[in-house]
Amino acid sequence: MSVLLDKSTRVLVQGITGRIGTFHATDMIAQGTTVVGGVTPGKGGTTHLGLPVFNTVREAVKETGATASIVFVPGGAAADSIMEAADAGLALCVCITDGLPTQDMIRVKQFIRQQPAGKRMRMVGPNGAGVITPGEAMMGIMPGHIYLPGRVGIVARSGTLSYEAGSQMRLHGIGVSTSVGIGGDPVNGSSHKDILELFEADPATDAVVLIGEIGGPQEVEAAEYIRTTMKKPVVAYIAGLSAPKGRKMGHAGAIISAVGESAHEKAEALRVAGATIAPTPSDIGATMAKVLKKAA
Amino acid sequence: MDIHEYQGKALLARYGVAIPKGNFADSAKQAIERAHEIGGGKWVVKAQIHSGARGKAGGIKVVSSEAELAQAAESLLGKRLVTVQTGPAGKLVSRLYIEAATDIAKEYYLSYVIDRKSERSMVVASAAGGMDIEEVAAKQPESIIRLSVDPGMGLQPFQARGIAVKLGFPAEQIGKAAELMVAAYKAFVDLDATMIEINPMVADTAGKVMALDVKASFDDNAMFRHSDIAELRDKSQEDPRETHASDQGLAYVGLDGRIGCIINGAGLAMATLDMIKLAGGEPANFLDIGGGASPERVAKSFRAVLQDPKVETILVNIFAGINRCDWVAEGVIKAIEEVGIPVPLVVRLEGTNQEQGLAILKGAKHPIITASTLGEAADKAVAAWKEFTKENVKATA
Repeated sequence: MSVLLDKSTRVLVQGITGRIGTFHATDMIAQGTTVVGGVTPGKGGTTHLGLPVFNTVREAVKETGATASIVFVPGGAAADSIMEAADAGLALCVCITDGLPTQDMIRVKQFIRQQPAGKRMRMVGPNGAGVITPGEAMMGIMPGHIYLPGRVGIVARSGTLSYEAGSQMRLHGIGVSTSVGIGGDPVNGSSHKDILELFEADPATDAVVLIGEIGGPQEVEAAEYIRTTMKKPVVAYIAGLSAPKGRKMGHAGAIISAVGESAHEKAEALRVAGATIAPTPSDIGATMAKVLKKAA
Repeated sequence: MDIHEYQGKALLARYGVAIPKGNFADSAKQAIERAHEIGGGKWVVKAQIHSGARGKAGGIKVVSSEAELAQAAESLLGKRLVTVQTGPAGKLVSRLYIEAATDIAKEYYLSYVIDRKSERSMVVASAAGGMDIEEVAAKQPESIIRLSVDPGMGLQPFQARGIAVKLGFPAEQIGKAAELMVAAYKAFVDLDATMIEINPMVADTAGKVMALDVKASFDDNAMFRHSDIAELRDKSQEDPRETHASDQGLAYVGLDGRIGCIINGAGLAMATLDMIKLAGGEPANFLDIGGGASPERVAKSFRAVLQDPKVETILVNIFAGINRCDWVAEGVIKAIEEVGIPVPLVVRLEGTNQEQGLAILKGAKHPIITASTLGEAADKAVAAWKEFTKENVKATA
């Protein structure tokens, strides 16, 4: 099924009645997603976009059979919504919202880790573009038309760079199985490695594009996984070659604060681990085309 | 967001962290009044700037008379202090902290950070106090103690005592050191700090354990629930280009090159700066217009970029998902008409409403160089910049 999401996934929208929730829920439905309802505390019992609205995620799950939710709740309240989704037994929660305090995300991660293995909710985001399985369904904010459906996975911190990758690959006739935006925050739901594991196990994915950036340990952790375990080819690009140390480059997480966190060091770790490094961000599509040709 | 030492000390003192007696002053006269209030015969005059390594740069002076105090205050106030962390422009000293001098018996290093590996708050400590922690990490990595704290439990006293023992505190000071560590941890979490550095934490000759210097940064995303901390922002310590942009709600970082950048998305912005560098140019700034940017917002971005007199070319690079190319194009036209663009302009628009956006650009009253890919955009921007500077050299010759 590609990873995380397909046409049959039953999706709730937390914050569906807000301006942003309304806009993106509409687009998600237009791209084929099975949206079954929304949650806005205080608006339970009403209907929005022709869908039932509930006060709590638990009620919504009971009435609709939803297994996944997407969060468009503002940053100050988003952590609470994510924990509510986990508590209601959802399998997947995608948080698009930016501006979550890091201490809130630390609490969210602790809450999710305390769930029993096997019943633990998978979280993607926050501050990311979401998840799209082109031609099937989207829990996110991507421009769906830039992708061809296909067999290459994308995992990226940056939304816009994942669009670059998808669009460049389309020009080379290469399609995407699923694209996952893990977000630009210092503490996030799923890491690069978490998503690589899903793609490695997915029979509908042949190769993966990994787009990282300066700051944090996740790209080096992904390199270790590629070196020791992963069989499928990986093309990687790390943004931030020209970023000065100690300056935050837009994303809260994009700041070089320790050894091994610069773009050069991360790209080198990935190269040594066996990934093919795209020399520039405009060569991601061409590099993948070469890698696939060699593998064929 | 960063704050001054004196502000950090006041916040920590509220949580029960012991600090030497002190208060802030913005004139020599006030400095002397402060010294009288503090009492004793020996004081430390500390320049308040958002930077570490102030001592080496001459920003901290120990004085033992009113005359020396006045002289120290006057020599620091109004000066720009250059440290290894400030860059060559330095930072303006407009406030001083006057503190009772401490008879130090031993110095330690203590800090609190977000550990991205364990995804928890972390205590970092070392017996090598007063030194730059990166230097300690390089020279004596084994001396650094790290503890990631269970967010549900918080830092427990037994854990803090364990750190104090490892740091080599004498038996009678272990309780006091642990108390300080637990109090500072509480402040770190409660106040949504991203970093609190107490360097040094000291034991004085009387056995008191105190925070002698405090450096603190806070999570911008959490300032909505800490209006008292948000008020501590001191714009005189920021790059004026960045202050202007952040007042307009734009994510902007000033850099040293000549090519101004207006981009959507932090990742694409970083990648565009990389491409400019690879093409042989140097970016003047990082600027992310964010999602759903209106024409007004785009025009404001042009103002922010042109605040920097070094800018000799502007590159607009948009891959619109939740943005709209037509709105961006309207913003470009608005900027041309209302702001005026005295330099070459390269625009790449891709994604949502791309055709409408490109059509709007055709009506512009300023030459616009368009590009269809990221690589082409960077190449054209660098070429236009080289051409522009060549002409300028000719014009001034």
